[in-house]
Amino acid sequence: MSDATVTTTVKPKAPRNQWWDVWDQFKTHKGAMAGLIFFVFIVLAVYLGPFLWKIDPTYIDFRARNQGPSLAHPFGADQLGRDILARMLAGGQVSISVGLTAMILSLVLGTFVGVLAGYWKRLDGMLMRLTDLFLALPLLPLLMVIIMLFRDPLRKMFGLEAGIFILIVFVIGITSWMQTARIVRGDVLALKEREYVLAARSIGTPSRRVVLRHILPNIMSPIMVSATLGIANAIITESALSFLGLGFPPDYPTWGRLLFDAKDMIQQYPERVIWPGLAISLTVLAVNYIGDGLRDALDPRIRGR
Amino acid sequence: MNIKTALMGTVLGTVAGFAMAPAAFAERGSDGHVNIIYWQAPSTMNPYLSGGTKELEVGSLVLEPLARYDAEGNMVPFLAESVPTVENGGVSEDLMNVTWKLKEGLLWSDGKPLTSEDVRFTWEYCTSEGGGCSQSEKYNDVTDVEIVDDLTVIVHFGVPKPFPYGPFVGNQAPIIQKAQFADCTGEAMASCTDQNFAPIGTGPFVVDEFKTNDVVSMSANPNYRDPAKPAFATATVKGGGDAAAAGRSVLETGEFDYAWNLQLAPDVLADMESKGKGKLVSAFGTLVERIMVNYTDPDPALGDKRATAAHPHPILSDKSVRQALSMAIDRELLVEIGYGAAGKVTCNVLPAPAIYASTANDACMVQDIEGAKALLEADGWVMGSDGIREKDGKKLSLLFQTSTNAVRQDFQAIIKQWWNEIGVEVELRNIDSSVFFGGDAGSPDTFQKFFADVEMYANNFDGTDPEAYMANWECKQAPRPETQWQGNNMPRYCTEEYDALVAEMAKTGDLEKRAELAKTMNDMLMQDYAIIPLVYRGRVSAASNTLGGVEINAWDSELWNAADWYRIKE
Repeated sequence: MSDATVTTTVKPKAPRNQWWDVWDQFKTHKGAMAGLIFFVFIVLAVYLGPFLWKIDPTYIDFRARNQGPSLAHPFGADQLGRDILARMLAGGQVSISVGLTAMILSLVLGTFVGVLAGYWKRLDGMLMRLTDLFLALPLLPLLMVIIMLFRDPLRKMFGLEAGIFILIVFVIGITSWMQTARIVRGDVLALKEREYVLAARSIGTPSRRVVLRHILPNIMSPIMVSATLGIANAIITESALSFLGLGFPPDYPTWGRLLFDAKDMIQQYPERVIWPGLAISLTVLAVNYIGDGLRDALDPRIRGR
Repeated sequence: MNIKTALMGTVLGTVAGFAMAPAAFAERGSDGHVNIIYWQAPSTMNPYLSGGTKELEVGSLVLEPLARYDAEGNMVPFLAESVPTVENGGVSEDLMNVTWKLKEGLLWSDGKPLTSEDVRFTWEYCTSEGGGCSQSEKYNDVTDVEIVDDLTVIVHFGVPKPFPYGPFVGNQAPIIQKAQFADCTGEAMASCTDQNFAPIGTGPFVVDEFKTNDVVSMSANPNYRDPAKPAFATATVKGGGDAAAAGRSVLETGEFDYAWNLQLAPDVLADMESKGKGKLVSAFGTLVERIMVNYTDPDPALGDKRATAAHPHPILSDKSVRQALSMAIDRELLVEIGYGAAGKVTCNVLPAPAIYASTANDACMVQDIEGAKALLEADGWVMGSDGIREKDGKKLSLLFQTSTNAVRQDFQAIIKQWWNEIGVEVELRNIDSSVFFGGDAGSPDTFQKFFADVEMYANNFDGTDPEAYMANWECKQAPRPETQWQGNNMPRYCTEEYDALVAEMAKTGDLEKRAELAKTMNDMLMQDYAIIPLVYRGRVSAASNTLGGVEINAWDSELWNAADWYRIKE
């Protein structure tokens, strides 16, 4: 014990990775921790759950139709006798993958466009008009055209499920980056006039470095917020697409589709709406909290206080 | 359960029996008020200005045709003395003209006599230039309506009409009063709101007040031809809300006596009915939910020739495959899950009227998965290691499309499972109804283009004569690029024998022979498995337990016999 104290006093303290600071700060945010734990739990459940709960989510067992919760079907069975737990797990895989991937895509696109427009004046007008153009486009007709044009070629190239997955993620990403772009541009415009940016430029820091080192970390908080909203949005858009028959095939469960399928039965079997609804809202809430915590943790001004 | 239903039936029957006796001697207007709810509200009372069922049906309380269809689809004379046929001399031998005789002493609700002038005027009204009459196809090929005397008219056709009962028959073509509508022909048709909202009629009720898309208040017609009818002094037709609310108002709360068209899930309806205030009534017309089998190859690689007769379908051209697909389906279960009281099992694409219904295909009523497997096995389709059958390198893999609708998606999932069991791989696709049924030649997703292997939807025909309907599967009806993808022959079924039968039916006047031909055509389609019928669908309405005389009708207005309705007394 005393040896240990000696060594620490003798050896110079190793430089601490800044991400540990971030993690320390993050840990202090109770909501964020709860959100993170829940999110990890959901992700593990939907990806590992099917290995434990082996009922096929599309298998129809007529004898189990409209059954309430039991040992064989802990969440009950739906109007065709399909196991709701299995469908929830399978649906979660799709919804979470679509939500995360589409969110990342739209975030990258939006941040890229926003930073370009905010930092380089010459690009500003053009890029922002492009953003306006995308905002003005009626979303659903656009989606229908994109899906109609590319569904068959993609299906051929990547197979049914992967093809549709790529298409949906792409379609949602490409139609939801505009808000992020606008927010980012606004923040960049304000930040680039700040003294520290000026100082960095005055010692000859190239623009690329200024953006990556000084601007991006400071606009992390709005980006985080739009990212968390984006996941929710992506899950909901995916379900709207499925509802219109443009998304995944109808027997392919996703949380959005489970919700839509069950809504007619809300009086008779409310639990069928509650499970997917709860899953969607809790996931979105968890991601929101994680975003909130991350924003605080990433902000050096708050960190350590 | 069975005993309970049987008991209920007996009790109801007895009650009805007791109630029926006083009703027969009842006076006009002795039963007070009747409340009817049409959750899609009527926007006009004039059926010539609307193609919608709601307007036709509510209008039928006031306006009447010369003859109507009863609940079995038989024609019954209303304003006419009898239904003219070739046998009774009413229809000429060359099928070119029909003579109608009106009943004597008929009065309009304003007291004026009904004459052949009014009948002729009705034809002139609907065919007047610039009028945009919605029912003009009822008067197709009519060249003249000749007035013989006050009570006799002859309808002349330009071509032989084997089925001459278009004009003046059914709720789509009632007689309107010349005196009232004389100034409303042509372009003035739509602007005559007073006339259109409160037409003078010969039916059991007269309009007192009409609020567009809301409420119609009516009272008994003082000049109705039967002095004892209608039993109700006043009637209200209320619109608005949705099917669930309408069903509840009759079955659960009892505020209304009759609710029209309750398209709800079977367990929802059963739940409402169990409250005991009313009962569900269903009527079956000709609507059949079916799976169409594509005879042509929808492979996108074929470009312009995709889904045309140039390329036969690689696997569905094989009859045993089509037959196996049909055998694997348990239709009874589909009815139970999807439609309940509003559905029946059918093995025909032409299920009614009774004289046209074939019984030659009833084997399909029983699911036979083992038989389907054996059939495929015998035909050389062997099970691959992945559970999918194959032959000559071709896999039994299908794309199954339909419109977006909760019941249809359930059906897709169930049928997919059955087909998987017999070794057929199925991919499902659902398409928004407005696109699927939209007929847009630019969209690849319409049911006419049929860029899939099998597709499911429901279809029926108007009236009781199946000639035009059965002609749907002629070769020339196949949708293809040359027709801008229009046409009704979705399977692209094409045989010389079938086309010959269609041509023969077009020149046959005798009803029995026509029935024989229609049955043969139906059997041909069924035994070739070009169409796989699933469910014979009806419509469901609800009537209060205190409302007597209701006889729901799929061939005409549901309110066709409202004059006979009465209140069942305690």
